[in-house]
Amino acid sequence: MNGGKQYIDLYRESREIIMQHSASLMNAVRDEAFGCFERIGFPSRKVERYKYTDVEKAFAPDYGLNLTRIDIPVNPQDVFKCDVPNLSTQLFFMENDAFYKGNQRSVLSEDGVIITSLKKAADKYSDIVGKYYSKLADVTSDSITALNTAFAQDGLFVYVPRNVQLKRPVQIVNILRSGVDMMVNRRVLIVLEEGADATFLFCDHAMDNVHFLTTQVIEVFVADNAHADIYELEETHTKCKRFSNLYIKTGGYCTVSHNNITLFNGLTRNTTDVILDGEYSELTLNGCVVADKKQYVDNNTLIDHRKPNCTSNELYKYVVDESAVGAFAGRILVQKDAQHTVSQETNANLCVTKEARVYTQPMLEIYADDVKCAHGSTIGLLDESALFYMQQRGISAEEARMLLKFAFVGQVIEQVKLEPLRDRLQRLVEKRFRGELNKCIGCAICK
Amino acid sequence: MSESNEFVRKVAEEKYKFGFTTDIHTEIIDKGLNEDVIRTISSKKGEPEWLLEFRLEAYRYWLTQKQPEWGHLKMPDIDYQAISYYADPTKKKKDSGSKEIDPELMKTFDKLGIPLEERLALSGTAVDAVMDSVSVKTTFKERLAEKNIIFCSISEAVREYPELVRAYLGSVVPYRDNYFAALNSAVFSDGSFVYIPKNTRCPMELSTYFRINARNTGQFERTLIVCDEGSYVSYLEGCTAPMRDENQLHAAIVEIVVMDNAEVKYSTVQNWYPGDADGKGGVLNLVTKRGHLRGVNSKLSWTQVETGSAITWKYPSCILTGDNSQAEFYSVAVTNNYQQADTGTKMIHIGKNTRSTIISKGISAGRSQNSYRGLVKVGANADGARNYSSCDSLLLGSLCGAHTFPYMDVHNNTATVEHEATTSKISEEQLFYCNQRGISTEEAVGLIVNGYAKDVINKLPMEFAVEAQKLLSVSLEGTVG
Repeated sequence: MNGGKQYIDLYRESREIIMQHSASLMNAVRDEAFGCFERIGFPSRKVERYKYTDVEKAFAPDYGLNLTRIDIPVNPQDVFKCDVPNLSTQLFFMENDAFYKGNQRSVLSEDGVIITSLKKAADKYSDIVGKYYSKLADVTSDSITALNTAFAQDGLFVYVPRNVQLKRPVQIVNILRSGVDMMVNRRVLIVLEEGADATFLFCDHAMDNVHFLTTQVIEVFVADNAHADIYELEETHTKCKRFSNLYIKTGGYCTVSHNNITLFNGLTRNTTDVILDGEYSELTLNGCVVADKKQYVDNNTLIDHRKPNCTSNELYKYVVDESAVGAFAGRILVQKDAQHTVSQETNANLCVTKEARVYTQPMLEIYADDVKCAHGSTIGLLDESALFYMQQRGISAEEARMLLKFAFVGQVIEQVKLEPLRDRLQRLVEKRFRGELNKCIGCAICK
Repeated sequence: MSESNEFVRKVAEEKYKFGFTTDIHTEIIDKGLNEDVIRTISSKKGEPEWLLEFRLEAYRYWLTQKQPEWGHLKMPDIDYQAISYYADPTKKKKDSGSKEIDPELMKTFDKLGIPLEERLALSGTAVDAVMDSVSVKTTFKERLAEKNIIFCSISEAVREYPELVRAYLGSVVPYRDNYFAALNSAVFSDGSFVYIPKNTRCPMELSTYFRINARNTGQFERTLIVCDEGSYVSYLEGCTAPMRDENQLHAAIVEIVVMDNAEVKYSTVQNWYPGDADGKGGVLNLVTKRGHLRGVNSKLSWTQVETGSAITWKYPSCILTGDNSQAEFYSVAVTNNYQQADTGTKMIHIGKNTRSTIISKGISAGRSQNSYRGLVKVGANADGARNYSSCDSLLLGSLCGAHTFPYMDVHNNTATVEHEATTSKISEEQLFYCNQRGISTEEAVGLIVNGYAKDVINKLPMEFAVEAQKLLSVSLEGTVG
């Protein structure tokens, strides 16, 4: 509880400043969220969902917050060169938690698609934002969400109207920039109306060699017959701590996929909560983690089957090297009326060194009888006979080991539907395993 | 419709055939729990000072603890002051100091199918029969003594072999282990003590039969099994209780120590009164069972068939310290009506090349909730550790729940840990196939469930396997339709 005190004090002191530099719709839920945070505080290790991550410790250091919204003079296009070749995306930059002013068009008006700053949208499109903002992210049960809701001042807003299909994927590059240790509270709201179709690619990068602490809450509403593919790729550095809570709610007949790829980080905690609230929807949750040094990755997912006839597939793969720690907890909840649910959850881990640690916890909680649910989980080492086989054929032991690791995570990468992104990811992962990829080219530390 | 309802009711009423009470004079101490009560229990059993001290320490620790709430269970409030902690049915009304067992007691155990007269015993199974807080009789003691095997009630062991008991009591489950372990360590009454000396193969199955009879009492049994180097023993445990409207508490501890090259097989058929069809009454079965595989090449196998109890909170575990040691856990848990079970195991790998297997089958029917909760932990020095876990759940009926909560913590790169779980209902095709061949749906369910649980039931000793199969069918009667 003590770790939360500095944030409680900070909020009390700067409540006015926070509100002044944000939108009224966001301010409307702020006090309630703060009240919840004050009541529940940071979760201890005894809280089941945060069993593997010491939240209090991560939030304990003193970080700066850009509450008065001082502009950081930088042109991300100049420093950032990490684009995906051949993938013509609509590229947007997020500077810490703010929508970068130099972004191309902030509103794509032709089909009524809106991609803009959340703060601006909250004023300009208050009817839409008001209908969805903070309606899915539950401040009463998760203190990270409560803290984010209390402090978030800006973020990203995406709105895809009825039956509009975005031809090009929307790429959002989150850039962390600061001269001093910095805490960033980013907020994302995505609304897909009936029959809409969109692909999102979020890339996380850190430009400066300082400590960053990010909290992020993403709310995604997918209406009936809509289709959403969401990719998240984290390539920051070892001084970055990320707490990202993703909430998705679907209607009926939806197809939703989420791919979460962590290649470089310090400490990452991803919470993914999906509610399947309509019949015949299909959900795919994939994740891939490559961790070494002292990286720490904790993925916690919940798939809530509320309506009958839905399908969910979950696949998370970890390669944990050196003294890294990988944790995975996936809970599949099948509610009483969700008959004919089909759900499959798989988590596989490669533990490369003796110092590496893996925690895994696949859970099934089932209250309906006519379902087919299964989960599988493995922790192991590389197959000796496969290594031997390759060496017999003249492949060096090191190369063989590399190939096997690559094939291991390949199963997740293969499921990426965007071909250029898939190719790019394959190259990135290969470079990552070869130790060539230390940072993305634009980052300040590895220049 | 009304016809089938009547059938269900009939089955429900018949189902628990061990629900009778024995009208026998029982000496029960006053309700409540405090240091004086613990002193009374200790003095009634004529215990040495060190054991009283152990109990008091446990009690003081218990006072500082809170009842755990992490289980997937809706636990009724337990009023620890409304329970009597000692009930002795062997105490005759004043001044009859004879050693004879009350014929009423003999009859009770006969009715339960546990003959206490050795000549009546069908198979070579030695029994320690415990009713409420006291061991009534242990059979075949003399024959076992020929091989220097000690098999007696723990109270007797405290008197006769204090140094053995003192060396091992609390060494596997210390009183600080958990809330209910602390409670048990403070007030434990009877249970069995087994010591198998070096290089001895126990010639018969050893078994304990637990029976709760007295009203408003709890049973706090304590079992300690020590299997010395190169020895083998197979141990069975059975239990029943009368049908009562209020919940009765059963908080037991079982400790097993396995030395070099020794092997212990521990089988349980748990059939405490599960409460009636509306979820009223039943036994709260809150048990800590753990084995310590201390020696190299040691082996321990837990097999459990859980059909009874209103609430089951039980995780028979293994600590694999000895190199090359092997542990197994086979479980079938059946819940019906309003029963709740949160059961599973912990496999803690410490030694090198240790292996463990977990096979768990959950069957839920009615409005019951059935959870598997297990931990596989591989320590940093447990090179070459191997674990395979498989948990399957079968759902019968749309109002019940089946849950799986496995935890895997691996701190060693040479370990291989695998876990798989499935949840499904009985296949329509299988039922249809049986129906086609003239087998009623009810019978078909029984057959399919028995087939489903076969992996586990096959691990039970013969006599138990037959009983377990019958139990499975009976527990599930009335679930179809």
